[in-house]
Amino acid sequence: MPAIQSPVAEEVHPDVALVARAKQGDTAAFEQLVRQYERQIFRVAQHITQNREDAEDIAQDAFLKAYEKLDQFQGNSKFSTWLVRIAVNESLMRLRKRKTSKTVSMDQDVETEDGSIPRDFAEWRPNPEQLYGQNELGDILRKTIQGLPPGFRTVFTLRDVENLSTEETAEALGLSVPAVKSRLLRARLQLRERLSRYFKQKGEPLPNGGPTP
Amino acid sequence: MTCTDFLAQLTDYFDGQVEPELLAEVQTHICECHHCEVVLDTTRQTIAIYREHEIYEFPTELRERLHTAIMAKCRTVSR
Repeated sequence: MPAIQSPVAEEVHPDVALVARAKQGDTAAFEQLVRQYERQIFRVAQHITQNREDAEDIAQDAFLKAYEKLDQFQGNSKFSTWLVRIAVNESLMRLRKRKTSKTVSMDQDVETEDGSIPRDFAEWRPNPEQLYGQNELGDILRKTIQGLPPGFRTVFTLRDVENLSTEETAEALGLSVPAVKSRLLRARLQLRERLSRYFKQKGEPLPNGGPTP
Repeated sequence: MTCTDFLAQLTDYFDGQVEPELLAEVQTHICECHHCEVVLDTTRQTIAIYREHEIYEFPTELRERLHTAIMAKCRTVSR
């Protein structure tokens, strides 16, 4: 007897119904979306701008913009990805305003290889949590990510802090998948190199021979 | 495989997306090159430590203030 194949029900994201209701003017439905994503949007904005007041303003503006433009959201991507994209654009705009003489865009910093070539090959022992207390560790992590160029910081934040997929990150940033991968590699390697100053095993003699080119 | 070739595969390696024919070469390189083994391990720790630590606080007081401000702005828009 042939196996009965049950039709695979396509899973509909719960946001779809909330967005549909919000489009009809249901403020409570939109408020639920705000509750779900306000922390994430605030965090993304704070990571990119490195400023709490800016992040508060950006979160407000991003949700307002999303509400105003809700009819333009076609549902081709996740609502959260669309929202993150708005917040990223608002954050980068804020950075541009802050540095009037310097443009800030996702294309900045890609030409330089600085800091992306591993130079520190010491192991991290004992592990960072054993080495530092929570507060000190928090300071190190904040200081280190702050030193990363904004374009790299943004990719790292979406992909590694917010756990978006590479495809979602590409969509949120308006970049190609290979461009995201390339920036992500450099962002991770630069952060690793900078963190190594704090976390590396002390007093370890360098092993003989360098890496192959 | 050189260290540069290895680095070029690092992102795909974390995602489990290295082409099957390359995967064995990557794994052999990790076993043979201590530098790349360390880079792999410490990069993995870099990702994990940022994922696990909420480095910016989001206290209830801030959350409530932000939420109220967002909804106040949205209510000025007629849909």
